[in-house]
Amino acid sequence: MSVLVLLEQRGRLRKCAFEAAVAARDIARAAGLPLNAVYIGASLADETAELAGLGIARVYAYENETLRHYSNDAHVGIVEGLVRELGAQVVIGSASALGKELCASVAARLDVDLVQDCVSCAWDNGLTAVKPLYAGKVLSTVRLTGTPAMISLRPNVVSVARDDSPAPEIERRPMPEVTLRSVIKAVTEAAAGVVELTEAKVVVSGGRGLGGPEGWPVLKELCAVLGAALGASRAAVDSGWIHHSHQVGQTGKVVCPDVYIACGISGAIQHQAGMRPAKIIVAINKDPSAPIFKVCDYGIVGDLYEIVPLLTQELKQTLV
Amino acid sequence: MKVAVLVKRVPDTASELRVADDGKSVVTAGLKFVMSPYDEHAVELAIQLKESHGADVVVLSAGPPDVREIIRSALAMGADSGILVDTGQAGELTCRGAARLLAAALKELGADIILAGKQAVDDDAAQVPERVAELLGIPHASVITRFELGGSAATIDREVEGGQYTLELPLPALFTTQKGINTPRYPTLPNIMKAKKKEIREIPAAQLGVAADDLLGQVVTESMTLPRQQRLCRVIEGDSPERVRELVRVLHAEEKVL
Ligand SMILES: Cc1cc2nc3c(=O)[nH]c(=O)nc-3n(C[C@H](O)[C@H](O)[C@H](O)COP(=O)(O)OP(=O)(O)OC[C@H]3O[C@@H](n4cnc5c(N)ncnc54)[C@H](O)[C@@H]3O)c2cc1C
Ligand SMILES: Nc1ncnc2c1ncn2[C@@H]1O[C@H](COP(=O)(O)O)[C@@H](O)[C@H]1O
Repeated sequence: MSVLVLLEQRGRLRKCAFEAAVAARDIARAAGLPLNAVYIGASLADETAELAGLGIARVYAYENETLRHYSNDAHVGIVEGLVRELGAQVVIGSASALGKELCASVAARLDVDLVQDCVSCAWDNGLTAVKPLYAGKVLSTVRLTGTPAMISLRPNVVSVARDDSPAPEIERRPMPEVTLRSVIKAVTEAAAGVVELTEAKVVVSGGRGLGGPEGWPVLKELCAVLGAALGASRAAVDSGWIHHSHQVGQTGKVVCPDVYIACGISGAIQHQAGMRPAKIIVAINKDPSAPIFKVCDYGIVGDLYEIVPLLTQELKQTLV
Repeated sequence: MKVAVLVKRVPDTASELRVADDGKSVVTAGLKFVMSPYDEHAVELAIQLKESHGADVVVLSAGPPDVREIIRSALAMGADSGILVDTGQAGELTCRGAARLLAAALKELGADIILAGKQAVDDDAAQVPERVAELLGIPHASVITRFELGGSAATIDREVEGGQYTLELPLPALFTTQKGINTPRYPTLPNIMKAKKKEIREIPAAQLGVAADDLLGQVVTESMTLPRQQRLCRVIEGDSPERVRELVRVLHAEEKVL
């Protein structure tokens, strides 16, 4: 019996992998179970040191050039096999795009329930988790009574607090024989330095109030000072001003930064759903009656083209 | 070629939700229901395949008889026929259960391409389609933003955080759609009229050979709450430079988030 955490990598181990490991460590300690991890990729070689302080006893490393990129056919079989072999009682993955697909497929193969995109989890004579429903309009606390209890954890909800536990033992394993049905034709990664929305500590978003795509450079300067990711309302996306991957909201991304700065966004209910988990919400809007002022922490009534550049200037001085 | 589309009925995204007196469920009485927005992209893709390749488009939904309305909306968009997997008035289906029922119905149907939304915007479960694919033993790819048919395979782009994968999958295969793949069409009045005459076949869930036990879940809801709504709502006053300075001060020195 043990807890198994799935370490997501895309070339390097991803931040969400460490977050899932920390959540899994706390569950394992509370349950009195050992924590194991599975790594599937080209090579873990120079990253093993980064796995100290996470309470992981052993990493099962499936290393092979074929496994460099996520392949459902290969990954699902490996994880399913390992869960069965270890008799894992709890399995924790990441609620990223690939992580959710992997967890859903593994849960199906194991014929167990799965709760995706949990914002917290705990051990109380069994695994419990908090799962947002309706894009976070409702929070549900659930108890998983099946074995293994399986969840995926939303990125950015756990801080990676390491302790003094040693680096794990690495057990290298050959890649199992598998027929790869789907073939990877190309992999494109975003340019370095671009902050991913769902993982950002600060998000700056723009809406129809920008008046056109010429508003983005103004917001991007603010992003640069803050190391922030750029978000958008659906109105801005549907106007063709920016790619849909920037959309925040019920049919976009749900973000959970420390600060969310909404510029020229009215605050429709579907948009609120995406920004609600933010710790602090700041609104900049020229209409004092805009609904966003009822759901923010700090608001400035004004023209974003005047306020945002001032804010960028002020922050440059404060954050040196 | 046959294309099957899975559609789910969900509360309108503009709905304000309340927790019921039992503290463990959401009040659904009085809510307006729609097709889950991501499923509209799946239906649109299917109709485009019908237009370009002459596919036969079948729409499936599992649930109480009310889900017929959204099958009808898909027919009005241009799908050819529908299948209602009727679960009667039974409570919420689990994801495992929904997948079993849909997979059983799809096995009979034998589709070359199965399309679904990347997640249903009620439970945001993000797993029913992947489960269906696993139960059918066919390859699948989630969160696709491009689909191109070439002979007996499909080439797709799938979105990952800050990147994209291009994959080729042999058919039959299942795909879940993400916004950005297309713009779902609105049904035209003539098509709404035509849809009324299209067939919706009903399959009682009990006929699909899925054991009652397989519809039950082992996830127990202990409580439901509404998230923290109280925000400070402090509108900062003064001239512009003063307001900006004050905003930076509170974020930096008081809230300590910058
Ligand atoms: C099924 C469905 C799903 C949806 N999903 C989403 C979703 O995921 N995300 C989402 O965002 N929306 C979503 N919506 C749309 C949502 O209902 C709103 O239409 C949308 O959020 C409005 O975007 P906006 O705030 O940018 O535009 P508007 O509502 O037009 O607001 C623009 C704001 O900018 C202000 N403004 C104008 N000029 C300036 C200026 N110079 N300086 C400062 N302020 C200015 C105005 O006062 C106004 O408040 C969805 C809708 C539906 C039906
Ligand atoms: N009861 C159902 N009937 C038909 N399709 C469904 C059902 N439940 C889920 N789906 C499909 O699976 C997708 C993802 O749903 P979910 O896994 O619940 O987030 C939906 O967008 C639908 O396409």
